[in-house]
Amino acid sequence: MRNDPNMSEYFFIAVFAVVALVVVAGILILSAVLGPKNPSPQKTVPYECGIIPTEEAKGRYPVRFATIAMLFIIFDIEVVFMYPWAVALDQLGFFGLIEMFLFIFILGIAYVYIWGRGGLEWD
Amino acid sequence: MIPAPIVDLVSLSPVIVLSLFAMGVLILDLFIGKDKTVLVFLSLLGLFLAAVSSLAKGTGPIYSFSNSYVVDTFSIFLTFVFAISSALAIMLSVSYNKEQGIKIGEYYSIILFCTVGMIVLASSADLIMIFLGIEIVSISLYILAGIRRTEKRSNEAALKYFLLGAFASGFLLYGMALVYGATGTTHLKDIASVLASSEFKTSPILLMGVVLLVVGFGFKVASVPFHMWAPDVYQGSATPVTAFMSVGPKAAVFAAFFRIFVEGIPNISDYWDTILCIVAVITMFVGNLGAIIQDNMKRLLAYSSISHAGYILVALIAKNSLGMSSLLFYMLAYAFMSFGAFAIIIILDKQNGDNLEVKDYAGLGFKHPVIAVCMSIFLLSLGGLPPFAGFVGKFYIFSAAVKEGYITLVVLGVLNSAISFYYYLRVIVYMYMKEPEGDYQVQPSLAPFSLLVIGIAVFGTIELGIFPGPVISWTMN
Amino acid sequence: MELLIFYPIAALAVVLALFVVFNKSPIGSAVSLIGLMLCLAGVFIGLSAHFVAILQVIIYAGAIMVLFMFVIMLLNLKDDDNVIWKSREGNTLLTVLTGFLVLGILYKIISITLSADSSKPAKIMESFGTTAEVGKSLFTTYVLPFEVASILLLVAMVGALVLAKTKID
Repeated sequence: MRNDPNMSEYFFIAVFAVVALVVVAGILILSAVLGPKNPSPQKTVPYECGIIPTEEAKGRYPVRFATIAMLFIIFDIEVVFMYPWAVALDQLGFFGLIEMFLFIFILGIAYVYIWGRGGLEWD
Repeated sequence: MIPAPIVDLVSLSPVIVLSLFAMGVLILDLFIGKDKTVLVFLSLLGLFLAAVSSLAKGTGPIYSFSNSYVVDTFSIFLTFVFAISSALAIMLSVSYNKEQGIKIGEYYSIILFCTVGMIVLASSADLIMIFLGIEIVSISLYILAGIRRTEKRSNEAALKYFLLGAFASGFLLYGMALVYGATGTTHLKDIASVLASSEFKTSPILLMGVVLLVVGFGFKVASVPFHMWAPDVYQGSATPVTAFMSVGPKAAVFAAFFRIFVEGIPNISDYWDTILCIVAVITMFVGNLGAIIQDNMKRLLAYSSISHAGYILVALIAKNSLGMSSLLFYMLAYAFMSFGAFAIIIILDKQNGDNLEVKDYAGLGFKHPVIAVCMSIFLLSLGGLPPFAGFVGKFYIFSAAVKEGYITLVVLGVLNSAISFYYYLRVIVYMYMKEPEGDYQVQPSLAPFSLLVIGIAVFGTIELGIFPGPVISWTMN
Repeated sequence: MELLIFYPIAALAVVLALFVVFNKSPIGSAVSLIGLMLCLAGVFIGLSAHFVAILQVIIYAGAIMVLFMFVIMLLNLKDDDNVIWKSREGNTLLTVLTGFLVLGILYKIISITLSADSSKPAKIMESFGTTAEVGKSLFTTYVLPFEVASILLLVAMVGALVLAKTKID
């Protein structure tokens, strides 16, 4: 690996990932191995106390969800541009502020448009 | 603290002006009622101001924004071509949109945004900027293709165009990434100077990148074998949109194509020359032979536009200054004749998409002689008959190629011009020599804006054909 | 040390990619794809492309996968819907030829990559790929692409609304 001073910081992330995996997998395995299992038809019903489901839980979702998701992605991409800006702002100074202001202004136009056009309504 | 980069807003003024107008139109649309006339005039004003402001920097090549943006004759001339073609498209849309029930006000702002993308494309000297420009243009075109939301054909056109176009953008981006990887820079000037030293010339990564660039650009300009989308998309889109996408965006992508290949990587032209020659030849043949068997006017013009991409590729292959100026001249000439032909189709087009077949033009020469004469002028000019603009354009392109010794290519090009007369003349024969089947029912809708477009197109086609001098000397600058 | 980290991640990525293709349930494929994205982020970290790794997680594993999920739920494929994907007759020869062509290209790419001269890696500064470094060049050298990108995103948003909104007229 190249001499990269930033790399050591990933050690903690790796430790975190390993601990998370071990804990989750451990609990699942333990409950599968140790837990008593004597299933009966009553117990395997998806919703134990109540009406028996009449149809499948997965229905067809309306296209509105996809529209919202698309708008979310685009705003997400715009927000991502702000991370490097925020980190480098102390070196960029006033000029960086103006640039981001312009960026957010164009973003704001998009937001006003979506709002005015009813893109945020659930009609 | 990093020093702030130098910002040259004057160079950028066409982009800024047009973006502001596009955003203004977008927002204003929210507050006005059903009548969108004010948006039309605002858009036309924006295009006019953008074209005028492109002159602010003079003609010398002026690089700005760390060499990623350039103002020169090439970009200024193309800015004018874009402004003219977008203005013609907007004027054609006014009555058409009313008749076809396209009530969406975003239509105009998307055309303006698309024009912003085209100007960015024509003025970029950097791979990243070129990609952003192409994406702005492409996304706008996907939207425009699908603007008739209730029409099945329009939806099909938008979906096909989007899926294939996104795929082609991937190729393009991958090609750019490989070229960057091989040369270590995205600026075209720096790429050229890196390639001037022979060390990198045969790097396989670079060549792979160039091939992917050819694929990506080949798709975006609808050259064979990447042309499959064009007839369906041209047929399915609203006719003003078809006219729009056959001129401006194509010219813009050709501009970027030209800049990358002739300004960025001319030193390895031994490698891409042959590919482009083959692409140009099969594009001309497939376009012209495909057009012969078409009965639908829009499909016919789609194939004709494919073949014209082939002619323009010849200008690119010539790689000399004459090639550049002939490309510019051809773009302007093509804008006039293509918009003229589509304008005639639009005024004859009816609510349910009737009157789009070639046989519907039978007898037009007797019932509406003026319209038929105009259509004949546009078709003959597209075919390349003197004294119209198309002839001069083709003549300049072919002479540029002859100058560099591409004799075979030029012979094949001239042969193709001859083939193309077959289907252009077929329409004219229908107009003047065939009796209409049954009663004559074609009733042109003569909206003032459409007539203005036809007038401008006739004037441009004849003027550029008879007095090409001033425009050519401008492009030579 | 470098390869010790790279190979497990790369192997996991390949396995997850196979899961994406061969999984019968579309949701299962999507979840495998998320894992694949995370593995790719790991590969990017190995290349010191820290910011790209973050993007991979935020944009791809986060936002894009949300859209994938919504589209899967929108289409709501049942098991018996899968039978519509039959191969078209007459295209077999073309398919096989294309397959061989792709194999040839892949072979060429791999041989080029293996023969590449890795003895002199590109010189890059120590902070290469960090978020601060990306920010510095994005907001100085590439300020124009940055602003043009905002226009691109604006157009994309207009398009999303115009084409996908249920009631717009």
